[in-house]
Amino acid sequence: MADNHILAVDNLSMRFGGIVAVNELSFAAQRGKITALIGPNGAGKTTVFNCITGFYKPTSGTIRLTHDDGKSFQLQRLNDFRISKIAKVARTFQNIRLFPGMTALENLMVAQHNALMRASGLTFLGLIGAPSWRKAENSAIELSRFWLKQIGLLERADDAAGNLPYGDQRRLEIARAMCTEPALLCLDEPAAGLNARESASLSELLLSIRADRGTSILLIEHDMSVVMEISDHIVVLDYGVKIADAAPQAIRDDPKVIAAYLGVEDDEVDAVEQELGL
Amino acid sequence: MTTPAPAATAAVAAKRGLGAAFIFKKALISALVALVLFSLMIGVRTEAGPEGQLIYWTRFGDLGAMVATVFFGSIAIELLRQWWGPIETVRVIPPRVTSSLALARRAIAPILLIFTFLVPVIFYDQRYILDLGILVLTYVMLGWGLNVVVGLAGLLDLGYVAFYAVGAYSYALLATNFDLSFWVCLPLAGILAAFWGVLLGFPVLRLRGDYLAIVTLAFGEIIRLVIINWQSLTGGPNGISGIPRPSLFGIPLSNTDDGLAALLGIEYSPTHRIVFLFYLILALALLTNWVTIRLRRLPIGRAWEALREDEVACRALGINTTTTKLTAFATGAMFGGFAGAFFATRQGFISPESFTFQESALVLAIVVLGGMGSQLGVALAALAMIGGFELFRGLDQYRMLVFGVAMVLLMIWRPRGLIGHRAPTVFLEHSQTISSDLVKEGR
Repeated sequence: MADNHILAVDNLSMRFGGIVAVNELSFAAQRGKITALIGPNGAGKTTVFNCITGFYKPTSGTIRLTHDDGKSFQLQRLNDFRISKIAKVARTFQNIRLFPGMTALENLMVAQHNALMRASGLTFLGLIGAPSWRKAENSAIELSRFWLKQIGLLERADDAAGNLPYGDQRRLEIARAMCTEPALLCLDEPAAGLNARESASLSELLLSIRADRGTSILLIEHDMSVVMEISDHIVVLDYGVKIADAAPQAIRDDPKVIAAYLGVEDDEVDAVEQELGL
Repeated sequence: MTTPAPAATAAVAAKRGLGAAFIFKKALISALVALVLFSLMIGVRTEAGPEGQLIYWTRFGDLGAMVATVFFGSIAIELLRQWWGPIETVRVIPPRVTSSLALARRAIAPILLIFTFLVPVIFYDQRYILDLGILVLTYVMLGWGLNVVVGLAGLLDLGYVAFYAVGAYSYALLATNFDLSFWVCLPLAGILAAFWGVLLGFPVLRLRGDYLAIVTLAFGEIIRLVIINWQSLTGGPNGISGIPRPSLFGIPLSNTDDGLAALLGIEYSPTHRIVFLFYLILALALLTNWVTIRLRRLPIGRAWEALREDEVACRALGINTTTTKLTAFATGAMFGGFAGAFFATRQGFISPESFTFQESALVLAIVVLGGMGSQLGVALAALAMIGGFELFRGLDQYRMLVFGVAMVLLMIWRPRGLIGHRAPTVFLEHSQTISSDLVKEGR
């Protein structure tokens, strides 16, 4: 089974001065599956994300990503843009980070930068308008059109991204990440701020990405209806430590998870205190 | 529904009353400020007497007139503002006028271009107009070059004149020391300037906004100081003279037997050279424009604009922000270098005095005034700043004042420049311009 992990996080720790945000965390995300990372506020979920996507350099531990063809990358050794360019890990942000002054289509075109740079012969072929460049540009526009259709924004392709409604911006950011043709898609709270209908269409979109493209997804989410509906596997963090790692149904019944989210009854506290002799 | 409810009328009346009190109060405060400001500046006139002693006399009449002007002017402005309504409401321009304005806007670029081509024909006898045209076009080119760095990539560069200087001195030194022709030196000047652009780019990669501005400003000064002090190479403050004039692919534009006039069998006139220089800088500027427009539609140009919008998102998409910034600096610097080489060959003499911070500020003002990222806006702004400045020459000592007032008014009415909206680089159905509220200015 170890071969089937697209992402293996091993003993990952991240310290900010004296604060241990993530402590000796190990988990794996399976290929072609949706893995959710949940936990109460401040549990260290986004820190894990930032370590995986290269925005933080982990204090210790390894993060190994293995492509379908068996090529493997140590993500903690790659720096920021190379993780997306070489290791093919795409991400979205908790607070949307689109290019607001560019159109929806342009946002998706920027995401295909590296492929287009090669096609334009590092700009020189593109400058003289070589036919190979024109072909590459047209196919990039077609890919953008495909994703705009997938997220239902084809009508608004030429509108500025900053003018789109909030829910559309969330979906556009996911489409933009998908335009980099990633092996692993990391979504940081994609359902935050969405209403019930928008959340449902988001779940649908993520399931279709998994089914049609076979892209593995790692997501942080607070909306339990989304998490329980679409995840194949859930990892629960609390205070930077993993407290559970199982399928959705098992997580739902796990007393430790319930305690982390809801606290424990008073008599249970008493029982623990007696055990510890307090 | 025929008459408004009495309560509402009362409320409106109360608001009016409050409005009058508010206007009066504001005017009074403005007048007070004017009184304090002008009491010494205008109220008291000082001069040196015949034996060097200080003599002064009071001018309370002028002071009173000034304060009264401010008082009534403030009332007038406030009334105008209330009549127009808040700035957001578009009540002044009816839609028919707007649509015809849009049509005029689309026609303005081709008309301007055709007119520019015809300038040497129309004003063949007016040396002054031709010289002014060359000057304006030089600044158009500089503005377009800086536009790549500031307008597209959003990197505030206050030391652009450094690359202008590098280009000018490259041509001057190569031509006077090695007898290289203008057409060989032009690309070399561009390459050298681009090289210095990359050199400046490296240390400032991590800086943004104010810090970037300060470092680039310092860079501009460093280049100027090196030119002043490296006497053995650059001639120091004496500059370099006797820089060769450009030739038309080897044919000199001079009054000699092998000159162009002699070859064509026409009478020699110094205007030939001026016209040639005019078309030369026009070609260089149009090249800059063409390349920039092309680059905007290529991945590198989109990456520049994306960098201006959100650098973190760029990195998450696998864009190498280091090389992207460096290419922006290098491209902008290269065009600056071309313009510098042209400047050197036009003047025939260059000295460090031509490359002061004022030039950087002027070019940046052109870019900001034109609307950052807009090619047409930059051209119009250069025309207004350089040509307009000449227009005010008749006003003598009030020239700077009028110029300043014009700038302030422009900044009030068009804070994002003459052309504040952004045109998308690619579209599926129809290209619609993007309002400047959404476009980031770069930090």
